[in-house]
Amino acid sequence: MGVIMKVEIPREQLIYAKVLRYGTIISLVTISVAYIVYIAEISPRYIEFGKLMENWGKKTHEFVKETNYPTGWSWLGLLWYGEFINLLLLAILAFLPLICYLAIIPIFVAKRDVIYLLIAIAEVIVLLLAASGVIAVGH
Amino acid sequence: MDLATLWWFWILLLFIFTFLLGILAVMAGIGGGVLYTPIVGGFFPFHLDFVRASGLFIALSSSLSAGPGLLRRGLANLRLAMPMALIASTSSIAGALVGLAMPTNIVQILLGIAIIFISFIMARAKRAEFPMVEKADKLSQILKISGVYYEGSSNEIVEWKVHRTWQAMILFVFIGFIAGMFGLGAGWANVPVLNLVMGTPLKIAAGTSNFLLSITDASAAFIYLTHGSLLPFITVPSVVGIMLGASVGVRLLAKVRPRVVRRVVIVVLLFAGIRTLLKGLGIWV
Repeated sequence: MGVIMKVEIPREQLIYAKVLRYGTIISLVTISVAYIVYIAEISPRYIEFGKLMENWGKKTHEFVKETNYPTGWSWLGLLWYGEFINLLLLAILAFLPLICYLAIIPIFVAKRDVIYLLIAIAEVIVLLLAASGVIAVGH
Repeated sequence: MDLATLWWFWILLLFIFTFLLGILAVMAGIGGGVLYTPIVGGFFPFHLDFVRASGLFIALSSSLSAGPGLLRRGLANLRLAMPMALIASTSSIAGALVGLAMPTNIVQILLGIAIIFISFIMARAKRAEFPMVEKADKLSQILKISGVYYEGSSNEIVEWKVHRTWQAMILFVFIGFIAGMFGLGAGWANVPVLNLVMGTPLKIAAGTSNFLLSITDASAAFIYLTHGSLLPFITVPSVVGIMLGASVGVRLLAKVRPRVVRRVVIVVLLFAGIRTLLKGLGIWV
């Protein structure tokens, strides 16, 4: 019988894995529940499904104009509507890599790994910039 | 009664379709996002903007679910992924912005061409289990990109190092751009670059690629989200469907011949690419 050999995994990699694991499980379970609440109309809908179906074939800026669908992060003020709770949970999913990066930055500091510390900080800035809504296209 | 007028019909159809897609994608060793965007974009009534946003979230969720296991077993390497992810996530923002600004038919034509090209890459690309890297290049030495992992098939600890790091970095600029522009996961491009260009062992290339996608796609996903292109109505059943399908696919993996499934999926992908191209050209609307 073969002997199973162990490979040492760096600490920052294990911490990243742990944060990611719990974050993903919690996000996917809550998102499924929130979606059922949304389609069962337990929470109110911002756009009625009939109107949504009339407009989902249109390009984003036309869709936004027709349905008054909020852009940027202004929908955070409308979280009592079913679609925006779902949107928040999807956004949290997209924030998970950022959270993982924030969790491993102290390890690079402790290891005095300057290059990877800078890469991690740059990645956080890129993700925050993308999420900020500052970068936009005109129509 | 016309089913197409019923909202629940579309949710059900999306869920069943993405569930099957999840099974197929795992069995064929292909990311779900690359199949989802052209097929849903070509055959469902949703605008391509919303489909691309959902495609990114599909690739993102699949990658996030696989990430912890890959990292813990050392099959994804953080030191290899981080510099590439920084480059690809930055260019994916540019890709997403260009994609949203362009007229729909142009995006469709370009997506169609990209998908046809990707299906040829998938059919033709060679892979090397343990590529030969005589000497690690200077940049990878500075970044300390190397590692070891346990190879179960031979019960050995495999040591690996990489070369041609800056050439790979340039390629990741394009990979990120395409991923952001078309809402595709980019495993089809990540794996050959990590494996054939940099000389990473295939298992590490596949694992790191899968993990890398979560970072690349997150930045593009934010662009679609803040522009109003993310519709939970479409995205949530797609994400849940594909992930449940993937978990079933993993169990069926032992019972099927992955090469046969892979060929079938490549043909489907080629068909979806042609359909998207013809839709963009106004020939098959």
